[in-house]
Amino acid sequence: MMHFEFHVEGGNFTKAGAASSQLKKILKQLNVDPKIIKRIVVALYEAEVNVVAHAFQGDIFIDIDTEKIGIKLVDQGPGIADIELAMQKGYSTASSSVREMGFGAGMGLPNIKNNSDELKITSEVNVGTTVEFVTYLNQ
Amino acid sequence: MKVTEIVEKLNLKVFSGKEGLNNEVTNGYTSDLLSDVMGHADAGNAWITLQTHKNVMAIASLKDLSAVILVKGFEPEEDMAAQSNEEGIPVLGTSEEAFTISGKLYGMLQK
Ligand SMILES: Nc1ncnc2c1ncn2[C@@H]1O[C@H](COP(=O)(O)OP(=O)(O)O)[C@@H](O)[C@H]1O
Ligand SMILES: [Mg+2]
Repeated sequence: MMHFEFHVEGGNFTKAGAASSQLKKILKQLNVDPKIIKRIVVALYEAEVNVVAHAFQGDIFIDIDTEKIGIKLVDQGPGIADIELAMQKGYSTASSSVREMGFGAGMGLPNIKNNSDELKITSEVNVGTTVEFVTYLNQ
Repeated sequence: MKVTEIVEKLNLKVFSGKEGLNNEVTNGYTSDLLSDVMGHADAGNAWITLQTHKNVMAIASLKDLSAVILVKGFEPEEDMAAQSNEEGIPVLGTSEEAFTISGKLYGMLQK
């Protein structure tokens, strides 16, 4: 059982993806199947960018055991009022400056769903959002 | 096909990431939406885009892309070029539009 934690700063796009990059290195060292690494990296990157783009700050908690990798992002931010709506492809509340950079296509949450085996999102408006997903290693 | 070959044949500028000129280009992916590339590009793809900021390199690295090709005369921002050098993923440039350069690259990679 291994545990890792990362902090994410809201609004700081220059550091977006840093945790995903760290986790990719760790999983490579652990000789995890490259196909599984690819899926986890996509899911974590999108979740990380959502904290940067939409929240004030957040923390990432990663648990790795022989069967699965569990990732949990807990942020402080505006929260999501309608999670079902947010999950829809193309739905985005990103600002125009964020969109100009090529973020804010509304594909992040769908990418997380497609690249994880279990996804759970809970949120409280004006408090924050928790995104948890699990990827099984032996399939 | 190696990145150097597409640089020569498509007459591309090499802005940065020269260490990666021997990367193998498996295919191309043309998009300016970062989540689209994140979700759908494959390892070894050359990414054709007009985005010139550092996050492009974060994605190129996470997805193991072979190179980034900037269209319409766009140039990488300083921190994009710096990260391209660190990662050894070349940032290339062309004055042509995405449609044209994608077509040419597609034609080359089909042969
Ligand atoms: N961590 C978060 N905090 C607050 N809102 C979020 C968060 N993650 C996602 N959202 C909301 O869900 C929408 C859809 O997210 P996503 O599919 O990643 O698309 P995008 O980030 O491109 O807007 C966002 O535009 C935002 O309104
Ligand atoms: Mg997003």
